[in-house]
Amino acid sequence: MSRATTEARPFEAGRILGWARDNGVYVAFALLVLFNAVFTTNFTTTATLFNLLIQVAPVLIVSLGMALVIGTEGIDLSVGSVMAIASAIVPLYIGYGWPVAVLIALVVGTLAGALNGSLVAFVGMQPIIATLALFVGGRGLAQVLVGGQLQIISDPSFLALGQAEVLGIPLPVIIAGVLALIVGFVVRRTTFGRYVLAIGGNRAASYLSGHPVRAVLVAVYAISAALATIAGVLATARLSAGDPSTIGILIELDAIAAVVVGGTPLSGGKVSVAGTVMGALVMQVITATFIMNDLPFTYAQILKAVIILIAVYIQRGRGSV
Amino acid sequence: MNERAPILEAREVTKRFPGVLALDGVSFQLQPGEVHALVGENGAGKSTLIKVITGVYAPDDGRVLFGGEEVSFASPRDSQAAGISTIYQEINLIPMRSVAQNVFLGREPRTRFGLLDTERMNREAAEILGRYGIQADVSAPLDSLGLGTRQMVAIARAVSLDARVVIMDEPTSSLEAREVEKLFGVIRQLRDEDVGVVYVSHHLDELYEICERVTVLRDGKLVHTGDLADLSKLQLIATMLGRELAEVEGHATGFGEEHEVGREPVLRARDLTRRHVLHGVSLDVRPGEVVGLAGLLGAGRSETAKAIFGAQPLDSGEVEMDGDEVKTGSPPAAIKAGIAFLPEDRRSEGIIPGLSVRENIVAAAMPRLSRAGLVSEKAQNELVERFMERLGIKASSPDQPVGELSGGNQQKVMLARWLCLNPKVLILDEPTRGIDVGAKAEVQRLIDELADDGLGVVMISSELEEVVEGSDRVVVLKNGTVVGTLSGDEISGENIMAALAEGGSPENGEEAGE
Amino acid sequence: MVANPTGTTAEAAAEEKAGRGERLFALLQRHGALVVLVLVVAVAAFAFDRFLTFRNLENIVAQSAFLGLIAVGMTFVIISKGIDLSVGSLLALGGVLAAFSVQVSGALALVVPVLACGAIGLLNGVLIAKAKMAPFIVTLAALLGVRGLVLAIAGERTIPISDAPVFTWFGRGDVLGIEVPIFIMILAFAVGALVLNRTSYGQAIFAIGGGEDAAQLMGVAVDRTKIIAYTVSGALAGLAGALLAARLSAGQPVVGAAWELDAIAAVVVGGTLLTGGYGTMSGSLIGVLLLGVLQNLINQVGTLSSYTQQMASGAFLIVVVTIQIYLTRRRTL
Repeated sequence: MSRATTEARPFEAGRILGWARDNGVYVAFALLVLFNAVFTTNFTTTATLFNLLIQVAPVLIVSLGMALVIGTEGIDLSVGSVMAIASAIVPLYIGYGWPVAVLIALVVGTLAGALNGSLVAFVGMQPIIATLALFVGGRGLAQVLVGGQLQIISDPSFLALGQAEVLGIPLPVIIAGVLALIVGFVVRRTTFGRYVLAIGGNRAASYLSGHPVRAVLVAVYAISAALATIAGVLATARLSAGDPSTIGILIELDAIAAVVVGGTPLSGGKVSVAGTVMGALVMQVITATFIMNDLPFTYAQILKAVIILIAVYIQRGRGSV
Repeated sequence: MNERAPILEAREVTKRFPGVLALDGVSFQLQPGEVHALVGENGAGKSTLIKVITGVYAPDDGRVLFGGEEVSFASPRDSQAAGISTIYQEINLIPMRSVAQNVFLGREPRTRFGLLDTERMNREAAEILGRYGIQADVSAPLDSLGLGTRQMVAIARAVSLDARVVIMDEPTSSLEAREVEKLFGVIRQLRDEDVGVVYVSHHLDELYEICERVTVLRDGKLVHTGDLADLSKLQLIATMLGRELAEVEGHATGFGEEHEVGREPVLRARDLTRRHVLHGVSLDVRPGEVVGLAGLLGAGRSETAKAIFGAQPLDSGEVEMDGDEVKTGSPPAAIKAGIAFLPEDRRSEGIIPGLSVRENIVAAAMPRLSRAGLVSEKAQNELVERFMERLGIKASSPDQPVGELSGGNQQKVMLARWLCLNPKVLILDEPTRGIDVGAKAEVQRLIDELADDGLGVVMISSELEEVVEGSDRVVVLKNGTVVGTLSGDEISGENIMAALAEGGSPENGEEAGE
Repeated sequence: MVANPTGTTAEAAAEEKAGRGERLFALLQRHGALVVLVLVVAVAAFAFDRFLTFRNLENIVAQSAFLGLIAVGMTFVIISKGIDLSVGSLLALGGVLAAFSVQVSGALALVVPVLACGAIGLLNGVLIAKAKMAPFIVTLAALLGVRGLVLAIAGERTIPISDAPVFTWFGRGDVLGIEVPIFIMILAFAVGALVLNRTSYGQAIFAIGGGEDAAQLMGVAVDRTKIIAYTVSGALAGLAGALLAARLSAGQPVVGAAWELDAIAAVVVGGTLLTGGYGTMSGSLIGVLLLGVLQNLINQVGTLSSYTQQMASGAFLIVVVTIQIYLTRRRTL
């Protein structure tokens, strides 16, 4: 009993806020699932669950890269356009076999990301501007590549990437899970992960500690774009077509929201990979809720914008104690 | 002095910050027409008191009275409008705007149509500057002026606000002797106009020249207030430090005697040059030697330090360690060669506040603690434990975010970051700024010990006393040039000031290393 | 010697010499856009017969008027060291609201978009100034949220405007043979320049962009100044949307995509620093006209798809910002 009373005391606003920062995403997820279990028909079926997981895979993969970028106190608005570029490149080169097509997409995507990173690291451009340009220009490029047309893909081994199952689990889900584990490991255990956090926590201090700040920044944006490319490939396989006009639209919104809702502050210096995974799930459940209840999707967009604002408000000032 | 109703008064003011009691029931009175010195060590609460008075912070307890009436300013804007103007050490003006625009920001003269009257603004700004003997093109952007002139512009702005109280927080740290004289002229003029002046400075000589009364703060408490003439300089120091007079007479710092100095320099810097910043600075550091860099703000001390460490781009110049050339412009190369650098601004360039004590300590050692890009947790924890113990770092655990520690402990974390690399040369830029008296003496003793162990140390400090007592050799910089080198018994505050005053003449312009 | 309170004469001479190079860079940064504009117009006049006709030039300026209105607000915001990404969506909202309101009255069709978009700008400003949230994230959320709002109000359909001659006059009528939007843009730039350079408010905007903490300590009402800037930016985007709807005789919910990019590019091309504290209205006007001329040339060539244009505007922004960063770096080092 005495323990209960001592723990009850520090119930100040600051603590509640701090708790909300770290755990709000789990509560939000639980509430959303509960809401849907009650109000959405067919929500609690295996088919729905798998569908949800398959659809969350691209968002999750993009969010992982976004989390690293935001960890350096940056932002990457270009992820959706990079997905579109990937979706345009795959049908162009699918004739050489899907591994070649995917490899070319990866190379192009990574180079585009490295360009973003170079503008930030070497030119000193604000991340928002550097990636905003690719956000607009990249989708234009993708459209030019496919000639503004939807490109149907029928190579079954490529389509398997988005649709096959291993041990009953959809392949995109497995890929997303593995990538989440890798990024989690990188953040926790590698020198690179430490550099990312140090740069986001205090770029000048990181530089004066001898960290390779510029190289890390270029790498982070390149990784973000590479992950976006993978997401684009999976989405393309799922759709059975290269379609730059729909693939990756507004995904930067979901990704930023997933990262921030998951407890990673925009001010950098901290990355929560587990929180990002949960954040991505939350965003996807919101989308699913609107779709399954036949609500206009534009309301989901408004709701997500509000969620971003609330999450950023709760996370603000964090990391610079 | 006749006792009149105070123009400004703080009664029993208390201000808490997370983990710190910055002001503890402090009272302060300022008469109209007096110049009142506010002194205390770094962290004693002077700045906090000023910020409470000017409305930057709201006090947790206590009252502020202005002109006999209780006030609670919500912002500096309110206090300024009421008639309290403040001059800060770090010049708070807008560099990209013109001198006149800075002088009149927020109270621009207008024409009949309500539009800005630029012509009148420039004319009146020139008049104001002229009144205080400041020569500057009022339509030129502020950042085209030298630091000293900029500070004089800040002073001109503050006193031209028709203030009844002017607060000056370390106004002379970027001023040369001639400009200090001008400032004193301005202060006397204000005094004659019945304005109350609060003067904060750690240059004690200045206080005795211009102030009538003094209030001493220590650790957030009021420890003395009275006429300055009643206290000798040593008594004042003793009061500030909270020690017996006898203790102070010998040493005011934690530094010991001179060190055994090696013959061959471990570090040789030659002709470090960067347009507008450094003009051929050369510097030698021998093992076991503490080399002090003295000079005013903007003299190029920090830039010299950063240049040696590779963090300041150079147009030309060389750095050698043990005879081997070090690639300039690359901190990793400097670190590899055995150079360590503790930056001046701990908050913005030193600590990574959100990261733990552990990660802050190992920040520079990361490449050595990892293999194939993976961090070795074991090696890292050993190192962190050893250095937390050796330097007496007080933290709840190595996982505590470093931003939550006191200034002194943060500084020790910074020292640990570098000492765990076993450097040969340690460059310290203001190593004791903003930490409390106890930690300060500890850091100073540590610097001594390190030099005794054969480390070459370069130390920058704005506190003359620290440079004089801590250094085996002092290199005096002015406008990015070495203007004098003092060693042994030559090292004294007077000689440093003299070198600064004569700076630029050929016989003092010799190279520092010889 | 007397006129040189700090430093020696030798140094003064060295600074003087270096100063000349810096002045050239400063000049280039300030008037580079004008030089480019003149060159582009000169080349276009030779390359295309139809370019240098009154009709075509008038058309260019009139087409630019809507971006111009947005650029006026964006100039204030960027000089204050902020950014407003929501303007494109607000443009669409303004157009749709105008198309609905005009069914009640023509005056309402101008007032409602300005008030509604101004209110959203006000919300942006409050979140940025009072809640201390980063401008880009607040206005990014507004970009997406407002677009959602527009689609929720109008769906994807275009809302036609008919039988509103007074309202549509504001979009495509003419006075003395010159189109009305041109007058409105010129008026907006003139008022903007006056406010920026000749009022205390303008001084406060510059001061905040040049050093927010210092401005605060010097007694500038930082929060209020910022909130007004974002409110004005929103209101002008709403007005631009209404006028564009008047010109097109329709409120289009999909209009305005990537306009924030063009507005930022126009402002930055005009020499306003993306890092705040320096900028001019005249520069922004030149930037807007330059973009308008380039757009016109693209149309004259006629073979470039809208996708290629998207690529071009992305690349254009990168090049312009990169050049500006290098020019200012030379100047301030």
